[in-house]
Amino acid sequence: MPVRTYIEAIRETLREEMRRDASVIVLGEDVGKKGGVFLATDGLYDEFGEGRVIDTPLTESLIIGASIGVSVNGLRPVPEIQFADFIFPAFNQIVSEAARMRYRSNGTFSCPMTIRAPFGGGVHGALYHSQSVEAFFTHVPGLKVVVPSTPYDARGLLRSSIRDDDPVLFFEHKKLYRSVRGEVPDSDYSVPLGRANITRPGTQVTIVAYGLMAHYALEAAELVEADGISAEVIDVRTLRPLDTETLLDSVKKTGKAVIVYEDNRFGGYGAEIAALLAEEAFDYLDGPVTRVAGPEVPGVPYSHGLEDWFMVDPDRIAEAVRRLAAY
Amino acid sequence: MTDRPDHIPWFRKMLEIRLFEEKVQELFMAGLIEGTTHLCQGQEAVPVGAVAAMHADDVLTNTYRGHGEALARGMDAEAAFAELMGRSSGCCGGVGGSMHLTDFSKGNVGANAIVGAGLPIALGCAMAFKLREEPRVALTFFGDGATNIGTFHESLNMAAVWKAPIVFVITNNLYGEYSPLRSTTPIEDLARRADPFGIPGVVVDGQDVDIVYDNTLSAIERARSGGGATLLEMKTYRYRGHSRADPAKYRPDGELEAWKARDPIDILGGRLASEGQLSAEEQQNLRKEVSAEIDAAADRAAAAPPPTFEEIQSYVYAG
Ligand SMILES: Cc1ncc(C[n+]2csc(CCOP(=O)(O)OP(=O)(O)O)c2C)c(N)n1
Ligand SMILES: [Mg+2]
Repeated sequence: MPVRTYIEAIRETLREEMRRDASVIVLGEDVGKKGGVFLATDGLYDEFGEGRVIDTPLTESLIIGASIGVSVNGLRPVPEIQFADFIFPAFNQIVSEAARMRYRSNGTFSCPMTIRAPFGGGVHGALYHSQSVEAFFTHVPGLKVVVPSTPYDARGLLRSSIRDDDPVLFFEHKKLYRSVRGEVPDSDYSVPLGRANITRPGTQVTIVAYGLMAHYALEAAELVEADGISAEVIDVRTLRPLDTETLLDSVKKTGKAVIVYEDNRFGGYGAEIAALLAEEAFDYLDGPVTRVAGPEVPGVPYSHGLEDWFMVDPDRIAEAVRRLAAY
Repeated sequence: MTDRPDHIPWFRKMLEIRLFEEKVQELFMAGLIEGTTHLCQGQEAVPVGAVAAMHADDVLTNTYRGHGEALARGMDAEAAFAELMGRSSGCCGGVGGSMHLTDFSKGNVGANAIVGAGLPIALGCAMAFKLREEPRVALTFFGDGATNIGTFHESLNMAAVWKAPIVFVITNNLYGEYSPLRSTTPIEDLARRADPFGIPGVVVDGQDVDIVYDNTLSAIERARSGGGATLLEMKTYRYRGHSRADPAKYRPDGELEAWKARDPIDILGGRLASEGQLSAEEQQNLRKEVSAEIDAAADRAAAAPPPTFEEIQSYVYAG
C-alpha cells in the first residue's frame, strides 16, 4: 500500500475530488499559483486552472461569504483559511450564515462547503499561528467539525467532507503535515463523518483525544503499559457530530476516562465529552473524569520553554492516566 | 537645507535596522531564533522617515514585518533580540517573538500578525486623543495586501467621519505573501483608496527617507491641527521573501536588482557624501560601529534567561 504524509494525503484527495466532480472548487490566499503556504493545494492550479483554483485577496470574510454564495448555487467550494488563527474575520459568515442556511430556508438551501484550516502549536508559531479554534465551532448547530490525525483518515474524512451536503470545518494539525506518514490505499474509500476510531484497545482507562494529541495519547498508552496499565485510546476524528456510542461503550468498559486536548482547558471541547460521560455513564465510572489540556493563557507563547509548558505531551498524559488508574 | 533635521541619525538608524536583520538571519541559522521572521530589508526609509516625523507622545501600530518601526521608535536592539530569542528580557517577555515587537513605553501599541487588526486599534487611539483634546496623533503601518481587508475600509471611513488625528501608512512593497499586488488588487496606486472617503491620499517615494519624512510630517501636522486623516502610500520593496520559508522565486528577473539600485541607505548615503556631511569612509566606519553594537546587543540578549510560566500567567488578568 502506498505510504503518504498527512499533507500528501490531503493534496491527492483534493485533486481526485476535483477530477471526479467538476463542481468542486478551491479558493483562498495564495492557494493557486503558489499552491498554498503549506503546499496543500500544490499543482491544482496547473491542472484545473484559475476558474477552479482561485487566488483571493487577503480577506477571510469574503472567502467564506463567497463560498456560501457559490455553494447555494450548486458548487462545492473548499475554501482554505491559511492558518486557523485567521478564521475570526470570517466567524460571522461561518456561524451566522453558513450554519443557518439550511435551517432558515426550511431545508431548501444548503452550504456544501469544506473549510480547511491548519491549526495547533508546537511549531514556534507564537501568538497568532498556533491556536486551536475547534471549540468555537463545535458549539454551533449546523456545522460539522472534523480533525483527522493520520494520512489515512485525512484522505477518507476529506472525501466525506467534500461530498457532505453541510458546511464542514476541516482542521488539519500543522505539526502533522510532514511528520506523520502512513498507509493510504489508492482506492476510493472514505471514512464516514461522525465515527470515532479505537486506535488502541485496552481495559483499564480510556484516553480520548484528536489531532496531534491522538498521537500523544498512543505514546502515553505505551508509557503506562510499562507500569502494567492497559489503556484504550480513542481518536474522536469528528468532533461534531460526535460518536457518543463508541465513547460510552469504551468508558462503560474501562470505568475511567482521560480526555486530552491541546487548547486551554476552560470551556474547551473536552468539556463536552466530560459532560457526556458524567451524564450518561455515571453508574459505570470508577474515578473522576479527567482532562489534560492547555493552560489558561490567551495564546501559545513564543519562547521555546514556554511553548513546551503550554503543549500537552505524552508524559503529562501518562501521568494523568497513572493517577486515575490508581484511584 | 539648514532647517532640515540632522540626517546622520537617520542614516545610522537605517543601518541599524539593516544590520539588525542581517544578524537575525545569522541567529536563525544558529538556532537562537525559531519559528519565522519577516524582514523589512529594502524598506528601511519608511519606518525611519515616518517615525522621525512623530512626536514622542504619538503612537503607532504596525505588523509582523515590524522590526523597522520598533527600532526606529527607539526600542533597544537588545530588547528586540531578546524577544526574538524568547528571553524574559525581551520587549514582550519572550511571549511574542519576532512578529509581535511591542513597547507601550515608546507609544508602540503593538505589532500584529493578524493582517488588518492594527488599523481600528490605531483609530481608537486617535479617537481617544480627540475626545481628551490631547494634541497627539496615531500612525498605523500596514502592507498593500491589507488594503483588501474590511478593517482598512472601515477604519478609513470612521477616521474621515470623525476627522480623527490619524495617518494611515501603506508600505506598498508590491507583494502580499506570494501574490503580486496586481493579481489581487484592481488599481496600482493604492493612495486612490482614500478618494471614496474624502481624505487626502498621497503616493510617496518610499526609498527616499527625506521624501518619506516630508510627507509624513505634513500628514501628521494636518492631523494634529484638526485637519483629519491622511492615507500615505509608500512605494517600496522588500529584498527578501515574505518570510523565512520564501525564496521569492515569483519575482520577475531584474526586479530586485532594479530596486537595489535605489537602495534607501545608498540614496541617503550618497546625499550625505555629496553634501560633505559624511564621507564614504566615515560611512564605512559608522557601519562597522553599528555592526559591533548589534553583535554586542545580540550577545547580551542571548545571555538572558528564558521567562517562567508563573511570570506570564500573571499577565492574563489585572489581578
Ligand atoms: C487575517 C489574516 N489573514 C491572512 C494572514 C496571512 N498573511 C500574513 S502576511 C500576508 C500578506 C500581507 O501582505 P501585505 O499586507 O502586503 O504586507 P507585507 O507582508 O508585504 O508586509 C498574509 C496573507 C494573516 N496574517 N492575517
Ligand atoms: Mg506587501
